[in-house]
Amino acid sequence: MRHRTRIAVGPVQFRIGSDWAEPVAALESLYAGYPRDEMRPADATVRLFAARPWRRWLRPSVHIGGDFVVPDALPLPLSMGLLAAEMGMNLQVALGWRRHMLLHASAVAKDGRALIMSGESGSGKSTLAALLGEKEGGGDWRLMGDEFTLIDPAGGDAFAFPRAVSLKNEAIAEVAARVDAARLGPLLAGTPKGDIRHLIPRPEAIAAMHEPARPALLLFPRFGGEAGIEPMGEGEAFVRLTEASTNYVALGEAGFAAMTRLVRETPAFGITYPDSAAGVALVERLWAEAAR
Amino acid sequence: MSAVRTFVDLLAGRGDPAVLAPPDWDGVIGVARSEAMLATLAHRLADAGLPPTVAALFADQRAAAAVAQRQALWEAEMARRALAPAGIEFVLLKGAAYAAAGMACAAGRQIGDLDILVLASDIRRAENALLKAGWEWVKSDPYDDHYYRAHMHELPPLIHKVRDRMIDVHHTILPRTHRITPDALALVSDAVTSADGHAVLCAPDMAVHCAAHMLADGDLQGGLRNLWDFHTMTRDFAAADPGFWGKLDGRAEMHGLQAAVHRAARLSRDLYGAALPGGWDRQDPADVWFRRRLFARDDWGRVTQPSLEQAFYIRSHWLRMPPAMLARHLWTKWRKR
Repeated sequence: MRHRTRIAVGPVQFRIGSDWAEPVAALESLYAGYPRDEMRPADATVRLFAARPWRRWLRPSVHIGGDFVVPDALPLPLSMGLLAAEMGMNLQVALGWRRHMLLHASAVAKDGRALIMSGESGSGKSTLAALLGEKEGGGDWRLMGDEFTLIDPAGGDAFAFPRAVSLKNEAIAEVAARVDAARLGPLLAGTPKGDIRHLIPRPEAIAAMHEPARPALLLFPRFGGEAGIEPMGEGEAFVRLTEASTNYVALGEAGFAAMTRLVRETPAFGITYPDSAAGVALVERLWAEAAR
Repeated sequence: MSAVRTFVDLLAGRGDPAVLAPPDWDGVIGVARSEAMLATLAHRLADAGLPPTVAALFADQRAAAAVAQRQALWEAEMARRALAPAGIEFVLLKGAAYAAAGMACAAGRQIGDLDILVLASDIRRAENALLKAGWEWVKSDPYDDHYYRAHMHELPPLIHKVRDRMIDVHHTILPRTHRITPDALALVSDAVTSADGHAVLCAPDMAVHCAAHMLADGDLQGGLRNLWDFHTMTRDFAAADPGFWGKLDGRAEMHGLQAAVHRAARLSRDLYGAALPGGWDRQDPADVWFRRRLFARDDWGRVTQPSLEQAFYIRSHWLRMPPAMLARHLWTKWRKR
């Protein structure tokens, strides 16, 4: 393809090709601090392309393709090319990666132990992970990722997938107030997922992206309402996480064994919180009291 | 050299993976993925010296394919349990059959839907038994439903509501309206029992069906994989039975599929280096279009010759039904867009 780049996030080497220069330029600036290995063959391919040749210039719209394709996915305008690239990368991992059990969950780590947060879009799992990763006087929480947490089926360790964090709507201002503007991507306003702005993880989080962490606490956050903590049984955590995994079924027995071990060995809680500060406080409290 | 040719050479055993530069792997892996053959390649190169990250990716693929195969065979067992009480016997087709019979092409082969063949006289009862056992219709469109029942060689696809897996129940191997009518009764009555107890087509019929599926029915989507199936199965059948090619010829003629089977043999010679016996080892000028179609992929896995792809799509429909019916069918489908 005319424009191309390579990006390594966690264990996945991506090859991204595009009919336009803009999405590739945006990716290269967002991922400039990530390790680059031009000679490493790609694990996953993403293509951003125009469905018809003239649509490169005339009302340019970006279709997302690659190794795996979602048949009826709608294209995005070129101004949202960066979002298209991010969606393409997520899609290839969600449908193609088999080395680890994938959890649609954010994670942060401290002292080699991982806090994993799973929830639907809008639960605040990305924001909580970003805020923990940015804590003042910080350096003690390492952001592992805001989209996927990878579980090694053999050993049970969690591995990071620290792509640029996708901040949405109100979370943008909240995080932007705490970080250097140079670590933020361009504002993508009015996307199908609302306003989006990417946060580049701290250099330490990127440098440590291959380091495993032992799952120590599973949280299922829900944004809104009174602050509350609800212990969760193994069975419910199991069911929720199978629903949050894109490759649990494809992994067969290995997936079942990994999931069973994860929920048996890791304390789990549902939490509700009215605002981010309360959410972060709740998480810190549970980490101190209940994490294994 | 183009990635798709490198990929074919690696499968054929002509290419040396050690001489590939890292960027070449991108193209080879991209093509292999778009042909749904990455795990097949991973098996073919299981003992080769590979860059470490490629070796790791290939190991993932082999493991994933082994799980997928076990799941596909479980699905066959589920169909057996649904149909056996009604006294309906079936023959496994394609991927699940290759896996059940432990054939070389099954190593790493992706298996999509479960394809089974029953006697035409059993098809209504088979449908009822499957519906009772938890399968349900995928297509709700009345025209599509009618089209399948009136003209196709299979029931409209069914999906299991709990396991989310599709089953295609065939009563023959080509559409009813196709110019060629294979002997479906012979396919079922001459089926053999595989090592794990499932019925599969006898060796020559399996090769005939593979060629028919690729060249007489389909538009060569997934052609490299179908051709790899054909190549490895005919190679192994011939190694086990020196009279195989002669039997295949006779059987293909009986089903009216001699041209398709001979073309599949020539293409497997041209691409994968198959050794063909006398009487098979010929040239046909039209093969060039098939080779071009099979090689029409760039190193991003995209089809490079859309007009050729379109031509093969039209050809597949042309073979499937008479012109007036084709016109009516396309008109109906177009109005529904």
